[in-house]
Amino acid sequence: MSTHTARPGQEQLDVNDPGLSRFDIVREGARRDDIEIVHYEPQVAPGSKAERRLVRTVAGFFLLTGLAATAFLAIYIWWPWEYAPGRGGDKLYTPLLGVTLGVALLGIGFGILTWGKKLLPKEVSIQDRHEGVSTEDQKITGQTMLYMADELGVKRRPLLGVSLLAGLVPVGAVVAAPLVGGLISNPHKNNQMMTTGFAPQDGRKIRLIREDGRPIRPVDISAGGQITVFPGIEHGVSNLHADSPALLIHLRDVDAAESRRNNEREGHGDYMWGNFAAYSKICTHAGCPASLYEQQTNRLLCPCHQSQFLITDNAKPVFGPASRRLPQLPIEVDAEGYFVAKSDYTETVGPDFWERP
Amino acid sequence: MKRRKFDMAAAPGNTARAVDERFQAATPLRKLLNKVFPDHWSFLLGEIALFSFIVLLLTGVFLTFFFEPSMTEVIYNGSYAPLRGTPMSAAYASSLDISFDVRGGLIMRQMHHWAALLFMAAIVVHMLRIFFTGAFRKPRETNWIIGSLLFWVGFLAGFTGYSLPDDGLSGTGLRIASGIMLSIPVIGSWLTSSIFGGEFPGTIIISRFFIAHVLLIPALLVALISVHLGLVFKQKHTQWPGPGRTNSNVVGERMFPRYAIKQGGFFMVVFGVIALMGGLFQINPIWLFGPYEAWVVSAASQPDWYVMFLDGSTRLMPDWEINIPIGDGYVIPPLFWPTVVLPGILVGLSTLYPFMEARYLKDYRSHNLLQRPRDVPFRTGLGAMAVTFYVILTLSGANDVIADKFHISLNAMTWAGRIGLLTLPPLAYYVTYRLCLGLQQHDREVLAHGVETGIIRRLPDGRFVEVHQPLAAPDEHGHGELGYAGWVVPKKMNRLGALGPAIRGFFYPIEKPAEAPVSPGHPPVEPRVEREEIGSGESRR
Repeated sequence: MSTHTARPGQEQLDVNDPGLSRFDIVREGARRDDIEIVHYEPQVAPGSKAERRLVRTVAGFFLLTGLAATAFLAIYIWWPWEYAPGRGGDKLYTPLLGVTLGVALLGIGFGILTWGKKLLPKEVSIQDRHEGVSTEDQKITGQTMLYMADELGVKRRPLLGVSLLAGLVPVGAVVAAPLVGGLISNPHKNNQMMTTGFAPQDGRKIRLIREDGRPIRPVDISAGGQITVFPGIEHGVSNLHADSPALLIHLRDVDAAESRRNNEREGHGDYMWGNFAAYSKICTHAGCPASLYEQQTNRLLCPCHQSQFLITDNAKPVFGPASRRLPQLPIEVDAEGYFVAKSDYTETVGPDFWERP
Repeated sequence: MKRRKFDMAAAPGNTARAVDERFQAATPLRKLLNKVFPDHWSFLLGEIALFSFIVLLLTGVFLTFFFEPSMTEVIYNGSYAPLRGTPMSAAYASSLDISFDVRGGLIMRQMHHWAALLFMAAIVVHMLRIFFTGAFRKPRETNWIIGSLLFWVGFLAGFTGYSLPDDGLSGTGLRIASGIMLSIPVIGSWLTSSIFGGEFPGTIIISRFFIAHVLLIPALLVALISVHLGLVFKQKHTQWPGPGRTNSNVVGERMFPRYAIKQGGFFMVVFGVIALMGGLFQINPIWLFGPYEAWVVSAASQPDWYVMFLDGSTRLMPDWEINIPIGDGYVIPPLFWPTVVLPGILVGLSTLYPFMEARYLKDYRSHNLLQRPRDVPFRTGLGAMAVTFYVILTLSGANDVIADKFHISLNAMTWAGRIGLLTLPPLAYYVTYRLCLGLQQHDREVLAHGVETGIIRRLPDGRFVEVHQPLAAPDEHGHGELGYAGWVVPKKMNRLGALGPAIRGFFYPIEKPAEAPVSPGHPPVEPRVEREEIGSGESRR
């Protein structure tokens, strides 16, 4: 055992002494671990009214657990649990399970806590921390490690160290290679970051369609109205073309005139068709759909971080963290009277990135 | 041959001896049973995190049996009528099945979610306790760093888990995460493309998040938690100052039986509370959000609470875009600062804080005694500053909801957040600093003059004075000589035993009432010998 065991004035007890009580042995054991039990006091007298009462309380908690757990099982098995529309008993299934399980667990928890806190004797023990650092030990360990280095002789045989390093560094790269090589994916493959589903295919212009796939005529949207449009291609209305969706807005005359004026200033004079304008719905800030359109102010709000875009001025950001306007989709109406995209967006759609042109 | 009689009573002893002869377990086991732990309610906060984590593991394993981490498009045909016939990912469909078609699946899902929220909350509160009491000081800097890492790893665990159901809300969160990754200079687009396997959202991200969420991150959490607990064990717990407590001892209870029993009971209580929450309080009702569609979002789309501070910082950030006119021109988007740089600074500041403070105070000694927050005003002030900063960001993460519910302009909320973020933390520092000094002063005052008794005495000359009960034998000026010990100074007569001991029992007394009922006017200031405290530092009942 450690040399700290014998405190001044205290003899080690002989644990084989038949005169010792079990607690004396426990205390002696603690002492050998440098723990002094300085205070040990039963909280309730054995056989007292208080003890019987506490025992009843603890037993009550445990029985409550049994009851609640049984109720849990009964409910789990026999309560109607399958979802049915409207108000039904199944709506109570999860709450009832929660209550019974919770009560069962709390019962056992409070039972154990009462047992431990109220029925067991209170004690105060003091243990030494032994944080005193042994400088001798430090020295011995340090010298041992240095001696190991001497034995290996890295200093005397430098070639070994250098060659080991030269051998191991590529191994590290070998470990990393499959991970990096497997995961890496060129973001500019097929120019995917700059193109969307509205890019004309084989010279054919892409129609604007609704979520249900139907194409759109100008008469379908009343003045001041707007609709989310998708490229009329395969999987156009899906997350495969997550950057394509646009908002097609039918502006009122005054707003349309202003919008056209501002379009022309930016060299986008022919992007609108009549009073209709289409802007990317994907926020240039973090990519959420900027979809809350306020008719009165012609502002488009992104609900994620509250960037606001002024539709009548090229959808430029007027408030919030977005720094770039929403790209405009140039539109016109084809021979059959349906909206088509004249070309793809002429600016990059979606959140900004380092090499965005 | 006579059959040897099996001695039942000796069996445990024999088994124990047999085990010890092979593994020499007796001495280490005794040391373990005897290890002394100090006790205080604030030491239990970290345990809540640990116990929530265990609940997370248990419920999480259940969920993996039914969840399908795939983005393959399926047509939903389960019990939930409003979504029947809707095309959605298999991940979302299986999450709906867990909620509606697996018996008891919903409560498991909700318990898992609540446990995750509780896990993060307990980590944060535990961290505040460590910070404000100086428990991070040498020799515990390593454990402080592990603890702060646990917050961020837990953050990742939470975010990946939140994303798995692939519902409308989590998909939007994922979209923002992709935007954040895109905003990193130079490597942003390559990083995003590599993680998502192409352009957002791709078809692989749910599978990758799944393996991260159920294997890689939990393994990391288990490893960090094990080292965290191992270090607490090895370095021994800190303790509050008090009678008999020094920097080189631990005063408390031996681990077995009482301390361990209390821990076990507490685990059951935490588990029970999570079960109640999982059953009674709806959380993340994914069926209301619909499948993720890139063009659909609704207002008031908030993330889980521990992500909200990042959402808030993003909302408050002005639209400062940095253009670098080299070659074709390069961009650093405004999104980069509040979502990548800010968390980076927070990680750096929090992990380095113990070393910065030690350097500033030129204090390189080991500390095992805690400090009361009032005794270190600058640290408490810094903590208040950090908390204010965090709270403003978190509130700003919900500023659209606040604006809506209280009929405040949304833009005004944003501006209030921007201005508040810069002005309120220094103000919080100042106020906290002064509060600490005031509390210190009051402690010294009570030690010098005694406790206010509430008894007003009229002097012969007509003046009224309040009688003070000195805490130590006073000198001729009525002043005590007590020094401040770094622990609670009693400030109410009740704390000195002026209130008679409560009579135990609910309907009828189960003990004889104290023999001499004590008049409040004549409090017994001498501690009664038979109840003398040796120094556990806790109250009697």
